Amino acid sequence: MKILVAIKRVIDANVKVRVNAENTGVETANVKMSMNPFCEIAVEEAVRLKEQGVATEIVAVSIGPQQAQETLRTALALGADKAILVKSDDDLESLAVAKVLKNIVEKEEPQMVLLGKQSIDSDNNQTGQMLGALLGWGQGTFASEVKVADGKAQVTREIDGGLQTVELGLPAIVTTDLRLNEPRFASLPNIMKAKRKPLEEIAVADLGVDVAPRTETLKVANPPARQEGIKVETVAELVEKLKNEAKVI
Amino acid sequence: MTTLVIAEHNNEQAQASTFTTIAAANQLSGDTVVLVAGHNCQTVGEQIAKAEGIAKVLVADAEHFSNLVAEDVEKLVISIAEDYSHILAPASTFGKNFAPRVAANLDVQQISDITKVESDDTFERPVYAGNAIATVKSNDSKKVITVRSTGFDAVAQEGGSASVESISATDHVGTANYVGEELTVSERPELTSARVIVSGGRGMGSGENFEMLETLADKLGAAVGASRAAVDAGFVPNDYQVGQTGKIVAPELYIAVGISGAIQHLAGMKDSKVIVAINKDEEAPIFQVADYGLVADLFKVIPELNEAL
Repeated sequence: MKILVAIKRVIDANVKVRVNAENTGVETANVKMSMNPFCEIAVEEAVRLKEQGVATEIVAVSIGPQQAQETLRTALALGADKAILVKSDDDLESLAVAKVLKNIVEKEEPQMVLLGKQSIDSDNNQTGQMLGALLGWGQGTFASEVKVADGKAQVTREIDGGLQTVELGLPAIVTTDLRLNEPRFASLPNIMKAKRKPLEEIAVADLGVDVAPRTETLKVANPPARQEGIKVETVAELVEKLKNEAKVI
Repeated sequence: MTTLVIAEHNNEQAQASTFTTIAAANQLSGDTVVLVAGHNCQTVGEQIAKAEGIAKVLVADAEHFSNLVAEDVEKLVISIAEDYSHILAPASTFGKNFAPRVAANLDVQQISDITKVESDDTFERPVYAGNAIATVKSNDSKKVITVRSTGFDAVAQEGGSASVESISATDHVGTANYVGEELTVSERPELTSARVIVSGGRGMGSGENFEMLETLADKLGAAVGASRAAVDAGFVPNDYQVGQTGKIVAPELYIAVGISGAIQHLAGMKDSKVIVAINKDEEAPIFQVADYGLVADLFKVIPELNEAL
């Protein structure tokens, strides 16, 4: 079966983001960008499904600026077979992203779409579920295990109280959680090979999809800072402070 | 204008997240109506009807609602969505699972994880792991919103007397079927509603060493949490995880033990009222958010603390 993996280029997880001076967003100039960590897990899972002989082809797709091509090259180096860049210089909202992905799904006809459960920039946790609704497909979100057999996918999900398992008819949507797998590193030969794999570019405007924004960000501000605390020297002092000063025990 | 809140419950009682979501709904203009979808869940409906500020509780009872899949909640909510200007769900794994499906079905850009209601169309929400707070205005005619529990104080669960009405259940969609659950069984309070949380990080060294924290938690009536590093290391299951990609908590007291304080962890706990950090590395970033820091070897001081309490 064919798997489509959607990936996003985001500010690297190790960068300490700063709100910009205009309070309109965060500083992005000269900031290291990487593949969203949950998307890496999605790519890895697709590659493992191919290694198991379940998947036959992996198509990676990203929606973003020209530089998102680098993120797609990473996916190709990790094992994707071809990539599609839908070019957009504007940051699209998740509903718009889901609509663009639906368009790509209709052309590529995958049996499964794998996505990260959330991107670590907007922290929305929406795109996979939205795509599921737009396509009328079933979904297994926050997956910690994915098994495919007999035209069905069994997905174990991380839920607040523990784990839940659902069975999905294919085609289906799967969004990844942390423990699904540990993504591999791309080897140098694979990075070289990835340069020769096909990468198609499409302008978002050419898809005829409504991507107009529905929300306005009025302000982006720093979170309220915590007052600086104190260091205590001993356990006895800690217990005393918690009892008499903070009055929480 | 009327707001619909989708209740989170286990067919016996409503979860705390339901009452914080109702609190957010009550800050919007117009009435608040709560939808309880489940099986043999009449008592949940009656429980919620007593909460503060509710006009009506709708109960949709069907066998295939006993363990809700997102596809079925989507269909049910869509069947009544026309009557509502706002649709709110808790930003828990329950709400996060279906709310975006409802939004996309209605052609609405959802606003996730709100922590403040500014007006009927403008909300605050944390982005970048809580390192920035965005004020977002929705221009969609309907709003679909998930509510972060730590941003709102739960409404009173007494005094209300809303009517409880049955509505017809929609059919099972069938694209996804519930198979089973393995829930963590614990006598301790649930992480997201606990008054005190004791959390361990990579510094704990092993899963066995979490026993010390469990002893401490039991002395304090606390829940036990963990950092992503401790979950990744396999010390504890993922449902212990506090942080950007785990649970967001804001207890009265948060005790971080052997946790360095990566921004992803701080995102999940820095709104706690009092934070205690115990770490042998005095440079650990966790001390920057701690009210009380103790630079010490946890293997020495946790037993001491257990003794002292």
